[in-house]
Amino acid sequence: MNCRSIVRELSSYLEESLDSTLKASIEKHLEHCDDCRVVVDTTKKTIQIYCNSEPAPLPEDTKLRLREALMQRLRRVRA
Amino acid sequence: MSTSKANPLPAQPLPSQVVKEDEPILVAAAKGGDISAFETLVGRYERKIFRLAQNITQNKEDAEDVMQEAFLKAYEHLGEFQGNSRFYTWLVRIAVNQALMKLRKRRPNQVSLDEEVDTGEESMPREVEDWGPSPEERYKQSELSGILSNTIAELEPSFRIVFQLRDIEEMSTEETAETLGLSIPAVKSRLLRARLKLRQKLNRYFRQGENS
Repeated sequence: MNCRSIVRELSSYLEESLDSTLKASIEKHLEHCDDCRVVVDTTKKTIQIYCNSEPAPLPEDTKLRLREALMQRLRRVRA
Repeated sequence: MSTSKANPLPAQPLPSQVVKEDEPILVAAAKGGDISAFETLVGRYERKIFRLAQNITQNKEDAEDVMQEAFLKAYEHLGEFQGNSRFYTWLVRIAVNQALMKLRKRRPNQVSLDEEVDTGEESMPREVEDWGPSPEERYKQSELSGILSNTIAELEPSFRIVFQLRDIEEMSTEETAETLGLSIPAVKSRLLRARLKLRQKLNRYFRQGENS
């Protein structure tokens, strides 16, 4: 297992979809390779930060236009 | 003996899907004509759908149109929703299709999701600096939102759309492939590229010592 293989298997490792032998050999490499450990850790954090980020509130006028468009269509559907 | 190196990443799954338990009840009520139930669903997802549309189209007006069209289409086609996936996943698919149409209209020669990308071996990233724990907490919520949306905007469309569906909307590889009309290997290779590129771009904000 070398640094390049770690990058290649990075997604599968983070998604925990590797078989136990491959996972063990990656973890063995990570024990002594600081660079790979940092890459794995910061990539994992990248995913988590995006995944956990709250979307910004909608601007009031955007919200209003969405409600108006929905109401207009609903009236048409019911008519 | 330190155990931190022996187990560099605790066995912790990536953030899991949070399924609102009342979603099927609201969908059933909306199907039966309960408008307020549909409005509750709109209120719950409008921010996420707007962000998705903005991340894909990179244009505020287009994002607003996409969001409106997605909710209107969802309402009109609610009878066709079988409940085989989450309502939100179904809504995301509708919104992605609308957003891709907008994007292709604006940039007809630039947006081809199935275009062959360089699938050569990924090399080891060059910038390797530790971020420390919870680097995002160094920024205010509004600052962080800006950093994340500006950073994803720097990616090529095919990378940012795959990342959006897989890692922000938490769709599976198969659902992402089906929604975008890509093969599973293509989704996987774009996702890896996108994750590495975003990691590298976020490095300037999150490396230790930055803004601390």
